[in-house]
Amino acid sequence: MNETNLSMHSVRNRSQLRLQIFFLILLCAGVIIAMSPMAYMVSTAFKRNAYTPEFPLQFIPNDPTLDNFDTAFNSRNFDTALFNSVRVAVATSALVTILTSMMAYAFARFDFFGKNLIFYTILAMMMVPTMMLIIPQFLVAKKLDLLNSLNGLVLVYSAGAMAFNMFLLRGFFEGLPRELEESALIDGANHFVIFTRIMIPLAKPALSTVAVFSFLGAWDEYIWALTVLTDVEKRTLPIAIANFRGVHSTDWGLIFAASLTAVIPTLIIFIVFQRYFVQGITTGAVKG
Amino acid sequence: MRSKLHHRWFVPYLFLLPGLALYVLWMIYPLGYEFYISFFDWKIMPGQHSEFIGLDNYDQVLHDKYFWTALENTARYTAVTVFGQMIIGLALAVLVHRVFIGKRLFRAIYYVPVITSWVVVSFLFQFLFSSDRGGFVNYMLVSVLGILDEPVLWMTETKTAWIIIYALGIWKGIGWTMVIFLAALQSVPVELYEVAAIDGANEWRQFQHVTLPLIRRTTLFIMVALIIGGFQAFISIYLITGGGPLHRTEVVLSYMYDRAFDRLRFGYGASLSYILALIVVGVSFAQMRLFGRQETD
Repeated sequence: MNETNLSMHSVRNRSQLRLQIFFLILLCAGVIIAMSPMAYMVSTAFKRNAYTPEFPLQFIPNDPTLDNFDTAFNSRNFDTALFNSVRVAVATSALVTILTSMMAYAFARFDFFGKNLIFYTILAMMMVPTMMLIIPQFLVAKKLDLLNSLNGLVLVYSAGAMAFNMFLLRGFFEGLPRELEESALIDGANHFVIFTRIMIPLAKPALSTVAVFSFLGAWDEYIWALTVLTDVEKRTLPIAIANFRGVHSTDWGLIFAASLTAVIPTLIIFIVFQRYFVQGITTGAVKG
Repeated sequence: MRSKLHHRWFVPYLFLLPGLALYVLWMIYPLGYEFYISFFDWKIMPGQHSEFIGLDNYDQVLHDKYFWTALENTARYTAVTVFGQMIIGLALAVLVHRVFIGKRLFRAIYYVPVITSWVVVSFLFQFLFSSDRGGFVNYMLVSVLGILDEPVLWMTETKTAWIIIYALGIWKGIGWTMVIFLAALQSVPVELYEVAAIDGANEWRQFQHVTLPLIRRTTLFIMVALIIGGFQAFISIYLITGGGPLHRTEVVLSYMYDRAFDRLRFGYGASLSYILALIVVGVSFAQMRLFGRQETD
């Protein structure tokens, strides 16, 4: 910043400072409103017998307890559900990352017969609500004997996550310089070597984004799992949480203890991979 | 001119096929299969014969008062939540863009509801809007802020039940719109504001004449994406009201799910799905044409 700029700024300094403080107050008020539901969920998870909200309301439990977590983990196959969710989400994440990176490489670096047709079909399919396909997907799963199967979940979640992640990776691959590949080809490397040794290492940030997005999608999915899974031992976490809701009365402390168990891993992933989230959701949106 | 690397003709297909096979099996083929099913009185039980009934399912859907209620509810949900998310998301993005400290922290905090599972937040909002005096929202409105004299029985009327669902939809989506608007704001060159300021434009005029036109494409993208998302609303309604009482809070997808998986009317559900998909695609194209054309003027 040069000197004229600085002096221009110092004239407006006081009003600028006042404006800054005003903006910060507004943003903090927004944070309180946006975060209070979460805070109240955490607080309720540590309350005993929270069938109805107490009056007056306690933001901090008078008598905090870990009973709800204890009950959750000791009942109705909750730990099995947690394990199932980890399994399904990790497998989905791996499958989506591998398959979409290969597809993206084909679209970014080759011309081939049918390229545009396939490309625009997948692009147009992104407009179709995924949930709309639940009826035929159910019938396909039934025919292939993939109802009530965790592998079936992985396949359907992966297919559903493909379009978005493929476009994200394709954009990334297209932005990579071609010189490295060209010199490798001249040195006699084939395309599989180039893909695994050059493209994949260069694309690590984008691949992390894809892995994280597809993991979270599978981790949170509810309705397909609810529709196709019948065995209690095969339930995933969202179903286990929903099953804590009672017919007549609900122990909300228990529900939210179970919910926290599902939310905390996603929060950790979010904090660790924060910059990839921002890249992932803004790619394409801004350049547009 | 881009240089073409030499390769044999089948090489790209080797990269493409594993993923494409999965995609065709679970996305493309079901799309066609569903169209086929929608012309049948489809029977799911083994041994039963599915009868071809032509356009009967579509005809019934168009004469089904529950479908029209569900469609109206879907449209209203979409209108309310898209508007709310865009206005609040843009306002927050402008604020975060302008502050000198804590940008990344604010962005991260506002994004937390976006990554929290729909099942969890649906239960959470149901609990926050308990009808008791001690229910979080009632407590705030009656005991803390004193806006109301009596606690609201949120779940007893469809109007107030919708407020829960709208509030959830907006609250959960703000972070996403905010992050994208923020990225767009950051891409506007600072020089433009300086020029506008020298020309005597105040903050509001700068926002109107510099910022808004330059983030137009992003705004269109967000709107199209949110409207598609609004039409997909399902889990919050399914878990909070269950579409009831008497299908009065149903949205199209929850009604489709009810017909198909509770009443086992797969053909009817398939035609409902197709009608919804046509509406979504139609609305998306209409928006892109409308706004795309204005942009070239």
